[in-house]
Amino acid sequence: MNSPLSSTVLFTIGPVPINQAVLTTWAIMAVLVLGAALLSRRLTLVPGKRQAALELIVATLDTQIVETTGAKPAPYRGFIGTLFLFILVANWSSLIPGVEPPTAQLETDAALAVLVFLSVIWFGVRSGGLIGYLKSFAAPNPVMIPLNMLESLTRVFSMFVRLFGNVMSGVFVIGIVASLAGLLVPIPLMALDLLTGLVQAYIFAVLAMVFITSAVEDGKPAPAEAKTTPSPPKKDI
Amino acid sequence: MDYLKLASIFCAAFAVAFGALGPALAEGRAVAAAMDAIARQPEAANTISRTLFVGLAMIETTAIYCLVIALLLLFANPLLA
Repeated sequence: MNSPLSSTVLFTIGPVPINQAVLTTWAIMAVLVLGAALLSRRLTLVPGKRQAALELIVATLDTQIVETTGAKPAPYRGFIGTLFLFILVANWSSLIPGVEPPTAQLETDAALAVLVFLSVIWFGVRSGGLIGYLKSFAAPNPVMIPLNMLESLTRVFSMFVRLFGNVMSGVFVIGIVASLAGLLVPIPLMALDLLTGLVQAYIFAVLAMVFITSAVEDGKPAPAEAKTTPSPPKKDI
Repeated sequence: MDYLKLASIFCAAFAVAFGALGPALAEGRAVAAAMDAIARQPEAANTISRTLFVGLAMIETTAIYCLVIALLLLFANPLLA
């Protein structure tokens, strides 16, 4: 049995080795970009079937973003929506025979988590300015600065290990069962894997959303009447 | 087989075994509490189950950490290299 932590190099471009996860990622990127470009051509005011289906996806994403953050979805829709759709398609790509999901490799998940880490900084700085964002590390008092900095790293690390562990363990268990028991036995496990893939994509997007919102809200200068109005419940994860 | 390999295999098994205990109990309690809440307030079922799923994935992460440690011990053990 191959180690789930290693990856096989297919070919190299110059000094850069290309393994199967990278190739699958490129394929998924191409499918998503081409699909979005083809499907969103000729948008009309009165939607047809194709446009109605697309609008359903976008509206569902918007509802989730609003319910998670309480903010307007427009600034976050692109990043969070892409994150969710990419991870979902990547997790479910294990259904195609011979394809191993790229999220079952450490590198892909690490890259996604780094994206979330950078976007938290980006949205935090954009809403509160650099000073406001840096001040949010000193909340509630300056003693917490090292802990807050550590937290911003560890929560991203835990996101990355969570996604990797869940997807990889699914693939690994299916591989073991298929090698032990034969052709049709792993099918229930694959069905379970579909659910896990969906939930993990959702969790990853929701957690990214929660982290971004907390950075945005902490960085804002506190309004004067903030003590009288009840603030929306902050998910502290 | 030298004792390092033996210890690695045992520790991998122990990591997964004991690492699965806590999350299993915790997930049971979380689901029970969510069922209770849905039974009391069926109209809030959507919100509760969404929060439940997020919470379950959080709890599950501890078990996944143990799994990753076990795989590191088995496949990428720096002591055996």
